[in-house]
Amino acid sequence: MEGLKVSDANLVVFIHPSKANKVPQAILCELSSLLFKFNEKFEGVPLAYEVNIQSEYAKILSGLHPYFGVRLKATLLLFSPKPDMLLEGKVVKLAQESVHVVVLGFSSAIIIEEDIRDEFKYKIRHGEKVYKSKHHKRHAIKVGTMIRFLVKSLDEEILHISGSLIPVNTGSIRWLEKHSRDESQARSGRSNKDRKRKR
Amino acid sequence: MGVELVHGREGYLEMEDVNFSDSDLAYHVKDALKSVSLGDSDSYNQLIGVLHQNGRLSPDDLALLVTSLKAISGAISYVDIVHHESLLTSIFNMSMWDYRPEVMDALVEVIISLAASNGKYVDSCLDMLVSNFLPPRSFSRLLSEPIGIRRKDQVLCRVHSALKDIADLVPLAPLRLWRIIIQRMPNTFSMEPLISIYVENMLRLESSPLGELLGSMMLMAVMDRLVELDVEIEWDDILQEDSNKGIFDMELENVEDFTDDDDNNDDELPKDTLNRKRLGGNLVAEKLDSLMVITFEHLKSCANGGRLVEVFEILRQSFRVTVLNAYKSKFAQFVMFYTCSLDPEYCGVKFSEFLLDMFVDGIYPLTRMSAVAYLASYLSRGKFLSASLVLNILKSLVDWCVEYCQNQDGDISPKAHRIFYAGCQAVMYVLCFRMRSIMEIPRLKAQLLLMPLESLLRHPLTPLKVCLPSIVDEFLRQAKAAHLFTVSETFIFDDLLESEYSRAFGGMERLDMFFPFDPCLLKKCDSYIRPNFVYWSMVRATYDNEEECSSDEGFDEVSMDGNVDNNEDLLSNCSEGNDLDLDEFDNSLNKMSITPKDPLRFSFGGRFEAPTRMPSILRPSTSPESL
Repeated sequence: MEGLKVSDANLVVFIHPSKANKVPQAILCELSSLLFKFNEKFEGVPLAYEVNIQSEYAKILSGLHPYFGVRLKATLLLFSPKPDMLLEGKVVKLAQESVHVVVLGFSSAIIIEEDIRDEFKYKIRHGEKVYKSKHHKRHAIKVGTMIRFLVKSLDEEILHISGSLIPVNTGSIRWLEKHSRDESQARSGRSNKDRKRKR
Repeated sequence: MGVELVHGREGYLEMEDVNFSDSDLAYHVKDALKSVSLGDSDSYNQLIGVLHQNGRLSPDDLALLVTSLKAISGAISYVDIVHHESLLTSIFNMSMWDYRPEVMDALVEVIISLAASNGKYVDSCLDMLVSNFLPPRSFSRLLSEPIGIRRKDQVLCRVHSALKDIADLVPLAPLRLWRIIIQRMPNTFSMEPLISIYVENMLRLESSPLGELLGSMMLMAVMDRLVELDVEIEWDDILQEDSNKGIFDMELENVEDFTDDDDNNDDELPKDTLNRKRLGGNLVAEKLDSLMVITFEHLKSCANGGRLVEVFEILRQSFRVTVLNAYKSKFAQFVMFYTCSLDPEYCGVKFSEFLLDMFVDGIYPLTRMSAVAYLASYLSRGKFLSASLVLNILKSLVDWCVEYCQNQDGDISPKAHRIFYAGCQAVMYVLCFRMRSIMEIPRLKAQLLLMPLESLLRHPLTPLKVCLPSIVDEFLRQAKAAHLFTVSETFIFDDLLESEYSRAFGGMERLDMFFPFDPCLLKKCDSYIRPNFVYWSMVRATYDNEEECSSDEGFDEVSMDGNVDNNEDLLSNCSEGNDLDLDEFDNSLNKMSITPKDPLRFSFGGRFEAPTRMPSILRPSTSPESL
């Protein structure tokens, strides 16, 4: 899946003097407050971090509250989806007008009717809502299916993604993977035949 | 299909002969929405008009409303936050309480679709749902009637499932939800039914699936509100409540009689003010009472669901941060008491260990003294606490006190060693309640006899002189009867409730007279607390078998003297001024059948408790220099 990257960052965390006797906890607390929120400096949403404190010395700020700044090196796992990236998520709701997806368990995405290619038709089979492909019988999208979709836009504040199923390489991941495997097998099969014929 | 379709846009709103399928309607709504940006708002305005219908709706209007809402959910992707502002405002202002269930369902669908379609709408959608926690003012008076109860059920059920659905579709929504809930929480001055419903909703959320994320915040906010209400209840209001109920008139007569009224500033106030004051206290007390009952019910259901331990941990954190340090907390702490009573083996034990830790390891003296006062009162009053647990805690307390005084030389200094005196007083207080039950178990009796109580109490720091005389007196009596130890020096306290020394160690906050788990004065909650509560009258002291007769008199005497102080407010130093014989005073009081020290008589409609010997009411001392 695109959109995930690991970055190294040099950070300075400012800690309140009352926490001076439990600095590692305070650092973890401070960094945890950054998680799952879009951060402009990181250009993404931090999902996880690993911390290495650089030095045991910290500079005390002058001012009313003498916070002290601890320097550290952190490795961050960032989620920064951009338009035209392909993301993967689980379908949580299907309707005639839209498909609702949750990416990585925390980011919500919506794909509206106009952004679903005509290949897919909305049906209700045995009480279950499903988008079935007209061209490929086995390609179906139901609640719980993992799908791959294209990013159209992102609302950074609440991490809400607007997506699209127009491109051909979007849809149910399981079917796409199987389909591409079959195709490559078929291709290699054909090229073997060709080679055999040539000989 | 009705071909009498649409001559112009208005047509789609007339439902008489026309049958539209859902998708047709959705198409028309989409059309209406799209045309707004092109300058044509006719259909759009008509759509808004449909939403604004209220009052009793005819079946046709109802059907129109429902289908319009359904159509809007189908056309959500066409809704624009700028062009369709009035439509959005109309939707967000609709109150589910005003409509029938079919409309509620359709409205909820719209809200969920809106929230899931675009991040910009999430806050407003959540806000709309939370605003539906409370009924509109026009509906409030119906709340207690069957129709109101039914409607409340229908609305809240849908609101909570909508919140859950939104959380499923937009996983980060709960983060924003809790802020909205806290912001919209009715303040302490709101009407009781409103606060009650809102808190009910908050606790319902706590036990819902969303509770995993929001539960702790909901509980802490509820506890904060309880403490806020608690603090609003003035001590004076409590006195008024008790004393005025029976002797309101009496009191006024007495007021004219007595000239000395330094402590009793009620004399100056006219009858009306007293009424209002009492009423004011009552209203707040009623609110607190209702909220605590709702909380107790919730705790019971948590216990039934096996979730009590996690709820207890959150409440304990909240207790440490708010209740422990709130000086005037009178009743909010009973939430902890009730929780512990529901699970004595774990919660009951953990709470006492927690209080002990706060005393032994705490940093701030006031917090430590407060913690040990809570501990002493808790161990004494908790019927569900085993004698062995009590003894273990006592052992730790005694060990701490002994260790403390090993490093001290002579000299009574109440202020400097106040934490030590608080610890000693706690030990004595608990033993007054529990000595007999401990002595009855041989294994525990042996441990008690081994405790270095004698050396502790005989130490030059003389805790026996500094701690509350009434407690010391009772303790020594019981200790003597139990052959625990005897003191050679007789302490003559003149049956005082308190002394100069005790006041000194208690400090300005009077932590020497702080018994937080004294009988709860709130009527409704008390029925929850009562089965697990030890009243002083239930306690069998160690001397009880031997001195049955004499103890009764002693009972009255000490109770009288112990409470001359308390009576002062009402009867203004009549004992001092008039040299009344104590028994006579007692008799006259009994005739009036009021003992302000015994508010239970009033709170529970005549159910009498025997006069208590111990300073068993939570009151500030009104310093009796005169005594």
